[in-house]
Amino acid sequence: MFEIDVEIRRSGRVIAAACNAPAGLTGLYGVSGAGKTTLLDMVAGLLSPDQGRIVVGGVVVFDKDAGVNLSPQQRGCGYVFQDNRLFPHMNVRDNLIYGMRRKTKGRNGVAVMSLDQALEFLGIGALVARMPQSLSGGEAQRVAIGRALLSAPRFLLMDEPLVAVDRARRDAILRLIERVRDELGLPILYVSHDRGELDRLAGMVVELG
Amino acid sequence: MSILTPEEWGIIALSLRVSLAAMLGILPIAFALAWALARVRMWGKIWLDALVHLPLVLPPVVTGWLLLLAFGAQGPIGRWLADWFGVSLLFRWTGAALASGIMALPLMVRAMRLSIEAIDPKLEGAARTLGAGAWRCFFTISLPLAMPGVLAGMVLGFARSLGEFGATITFVSNIPGETQTLPLAIYSAMQMPNGEGLTLRLALVSVVLSLAALVGSEWLMRRGMRAGMRGSGGV
Repeated sequence: MFEIDVEIRRSGRVIAAACNAPAGLTGLYGVSGAGKTTLLDMVAGLLSPDQGRIVVGGVVVFDKDAGVNLSPQQRGCGYVFQDNRLFPHMNVRDNLIYGMRRKTKGRNGVAVMSLDQALEFLGIGALVARMPQSLSGGEAQRVAIGRALLSAPRFLLMDEPLVAVDRARRDAILRLIERVRDELGLPILYVSHDRGELDRLAGMVVELG
Repeated sequence: MSILTPEEWGIIALSLRVSLAAMLGILPIAFALAWALARVRMWGKIWLDALVHLPLVLPPVVTGWLLLLAFGAQGPIGRWLADWFGVSLLFRWTGAALASGIMALPLMVRAMRLSIEAIDPKLEGAARTLGAGAWRCFFTISLPLAMPGVLAGMVLGFARSLGEFGATITFVSNIPGETQTLPLAIYSAMQMPNGEGLTLRLALVSVVLSLAALVGSEWLMRRGMRAGMRGSGGV
């Protein structure tokens, strides 16, 4: 599903990564500074590698030698950030529907999910009128997952989605991610520094750094 | 209102018109410059920054004289405007607006640049991954988040234009009904025999207008600060 072989120079250090991940959830594991987030940013198109090639689900999104570099909005990725990055000037509802205008080319992942279904699926129906800064870590992260899912992504990138979530809510989010993995059938790259979390979620674990 | 004569109301109306035109006319340029200074990596940025701030420190009479050179009948821009559009800014209220706008530019750029620099580029990155192109990203994320600074810059620019004196009188002279804004009218009244009453009334009007602009800008800043605090609270 993900064929990645890239190299990038970041603040004088070369980060290189190669992996060939099957369908399902693939874990990216490594210590802080190993370049896990950098790798996700390159797959999302927020950073351009210096060398290499990235293919997702048969679509070449980056190929240095062939001069291919799709913009982030063309790649159809649903990116759940570590710091959630909800838009502070929009309420939960407007955050959720921000990506719904996208027409993803090729294989559509979960374009079928409506706003109501997402609210139900994530259990965030009561939050729609709230502003992001009034949400708890767990609520904000569920909204961020919903925003990514509603943008009709072809694949998901998750960067330590449990970091800002208090311990008591972690299990609920983990179960939610398992449902995303099993019921929606989207390929997922999942970054974590917690081996136990990855053993529970991932079909395959790639170690970086 | 019998406190002021129709002539005096005319001066106030002209001042407001000149200031509003100056602020609105220079707004897109100020925003573009603020954006470039905040975001664009380029060679010679320190020089662009200095150039933008020049009207703040240059003697206003020099700014007015430079405008006269550029926009006068023999000036490069003045001749071009006359040839192609048949217009001249010299001795016109539009020229007064241009001079006021140039003088207001540094203040407007400063206010806007600060709030553009405060925008987290990661939010724009998030919008891009959600399918937003560069323009949608700008109008739905960047611009709304920069709005407090844009509004504060507009009020500051307007207030600065209301007080403009040196560059205006140098560039477009002091013509009643055309280029004689409040400060210029006060200057004339001071030199008139028995002009004390007129000077006092116009000066009071100036104080009231300036106070209103300052209170308005402070109010906008506070509102913006609250919005900004809301904005950074969640992360």
